[in-house]
Amino acid sequence: MARNKPKLAVWKFSSCDGCQLSLIDCEDELLAITEEVRISYFLEATRKVEKGPYDVSLVEGSITTPHDIKAIRDVRKQSKVLVTIGACATAGGIQALRNFRNVKEYIQCVYAHPEYIDTLTTSTAVSDHVPVDFELRGCPIDKHQLLEVLNATLNGRKPNIPHHSQCIECKQNNVVCRMVATGTPCLGPVTQAGCGTLCPRHDRGCYGCFGPMETPNTAALAAHLKELGASGRDVQRLFRSFNANAEAFRKESESHG
Amino acid sequence: MPGVDASITTAVVFDRGGLDALIAALKAKGFHVVGPRVADDAVVYADLDAASDLPAGWGDEQEGGRYRLTRRKDGALFGYTSGVQGWKRHLYPPRQKLFAARRDGQGFAILPPDPPAAPLALIGVRACELAAIAKQAKVFGDRDFADPGYQGRLASAFVVAVECGEAGGTCFCAAMGTGPAVETGFDIKMVEVIDKARHVFVATAGSAAGAKVLDGLKAPAAAEADKAAAAARVAKAAKQAKTLDAKAAARLKEHPDHARWDDVARRCMTCGNCTMVCPTCFCTTVEDTTDLKGEHAERWRNWDSCFTIDFSYIHGGAIRTEVKSRYRQWITHKLSTWHDQFGSSGCVGCGRCITWCPVGIDITAEATAITEGARKAAAGGSKKAATSGGKGR
Ligand code: SF4
Ligand code: SF4
Ligand code: SF4
Ligand code: SF4
Ligand code: SF4
Repeated sequence: MARNKPKLAVWKFSSCDGCQLSLIDCEDELLAITEEVRISYFLEATRKVEKGPYDVSLVEGSITTPHDIKAIRDVRKQSKVLVTIGACATAGGIQALRNFRNVKEYIQCVYAHPEYIDTLTTSTAVSDHVPVDFELRGCPIDKHQLLEVLNATLNGRKPNIPHHSQCIECKQNNVVCRMVATGTPCLGPVTQAGCGTLCPRHDRGCYGCFGPMETPNTAALAAHLKELGASGRDVQRLFRSFNANAEAFRKESESHG
Repeated sequence: MPGVDASITTAVVFDRGGLDALIAALKAKGFHVVGPRVADDAVVYADLDAASDLPAGWGDEQEGGRYRLTRRKDGALFGYTSGVQGWKRHLYPPRQKLFAARRDGQGFAILPPDPPAAPLALIGVRACELAAIAKQAKVFGDRDFADPGYQGRLASAFVVAVECGEAGGTCFCAAMGTGPAVETGFDIKMVEVIDKARHVFVATAGSAAGAKVLDGLKAPAAAEADKAAAAARVAKAAKQAKTLDAKAAARLKEHPDHARWDDVARRCMTCGNCTMVCPTCFCTTVEDTTDLKGEHAERWRNWDSCFTIDFSYIHGGAIRTEVKSRYRQWITHKLSTWHDQFGSSGCVGCGRCITWCPVGIDITAEATAITEGARKAAAGGSKKAATSGGKGR
């Protein structure tokens, strides 16, 4: 069945480019994707640029400057479907650690000419500024999930992206629980699944890079982490990483220290 | 298929070499042999090549939210309690393809199913696990619509049960009436006997297929002393620290508004570990996948949990949004409404949901707390009945 090739755009805001790289990292599948969509705007991959509107926009990065706010509104206007990709775009990213500190002081310390710096005092998610159609979590995102969202969008079906805990994925993948079997602190019970159980599979606790799961009981986990020997400061640091500004993690981190 | 009610041969006895011969014989018959081995700091059920893969000299310590492998001095091969996950992931895999289809003009054509996998030989099945398999067999086939996948895998399976010599810290099979003695559902059952003089396995067959395999081992008949030692080991395993009043727990559904539900909701993370490791939990969700071009589609059935929001999603939203309603669903189904649905408790007392709950929530403690008032009233009532009975005489 012949379909019109939808136009795909990939945008970058404040971010490390890692999530866009996940798309390039699709390698074999990337060729299949280019057969199904027209890559109209993707500066990381090609200098060839086509004007909007776009059928699907993938947005990487958080909103950290006044210019970002204008730009994301413009992207929204030009996009039928807007999908944010990665912890930066969905929660503000690691750079949202600034939200807990005085940014003006930082600028004074770091830059020789602070007057040149035009920045917001916060790093926030794209959805704090414009409506978003779908969020893909992760730092970075999982390429299978990215393919799944593109695939589902092309075929007009619901993407198979669960919002439950990482623990369920651990069990489905037959990974022995690190927290129960070794006492390793793990954020998996309050973290959304989707990474393919990367860390527990390699004898690491989950660092929460996929952000809060659908109904995160962070207080119960924090209490247990303390029973395992973590200090209040340790607990705060665990919740304050890639998704520090996601509401559930932010609130939990604020009640420890 | 296992299923004959009692041991149909007299007991024989063999050593580790005999066990190796047993595994080799099953492999030679084309079975995919699965059994306990150590991986990732725990005993898991995985592919076995020989008896040397078994967890020799390993035991475990289990309590709510905590599991540790331990070294045993006696070199026992079956000295652990039970594998992290039961046999569910073999008999009822976490992802099962229901069908595949190809676009065909305006419609679609269903593709032929994949050929069935090799039959399973399960080595080291515990009494509670046999009970769990029987419960799932009922779920997947006792009613009008049998599940051909589950029933097929079970019918072709060869089951080597191993009776427990000691119970783990979270076991309560004795209270649920499912163990530790193995009574039914096996092809061969064994007890591991270790003392100063010997390290042997006392085995009996429970089916014609089991008897044939045992015959092939040409093992000598067990002496009375072997049988007595085996019985003593199983009796020891029946002494369990954890217990549950299964009758009182069956009435959990009468307490939907108990204050304890709010209390457990503060501790429960809705992570779903308990349902995933429970050997009787059977819930799944259906997922459709396509290729990019939309020419090929597949329908999959994946393990699900009543702790997810999507589980109770119907038109307009999810029904069980609160933690307490999801925790209540899980244990009420397990201990109480399972009786209405399948005529028994859905819990076999294996203790996995307690051990593998990261925060150690204990189904026996919760059920006891919630039914306590009713249990006390019932105890008072029966005392009264006994007194009045006395008067009548
Ligand atoms: S390792 Fe972490 S994510 Fe996996 S089951 Fe245990 S607590 Fe959950
Ligand atoms: S286990 Fe956790 S931290 Fe590790 S990749 Fe997955 S979501 Fe990220
Ligand atoms: S409810 Fe818990 S103890 Fe009972 S069978 Fe399931 S996992 Fe085992
Ligand atoms: S307890 Fe929950 S997951 Fe388990 S069988 Fe019942 S409804 Fe399904
Ligand atoms: S009872 Fe324990 S394992 Fe089950 S969902 Fe709650 S926290 Fe997770």
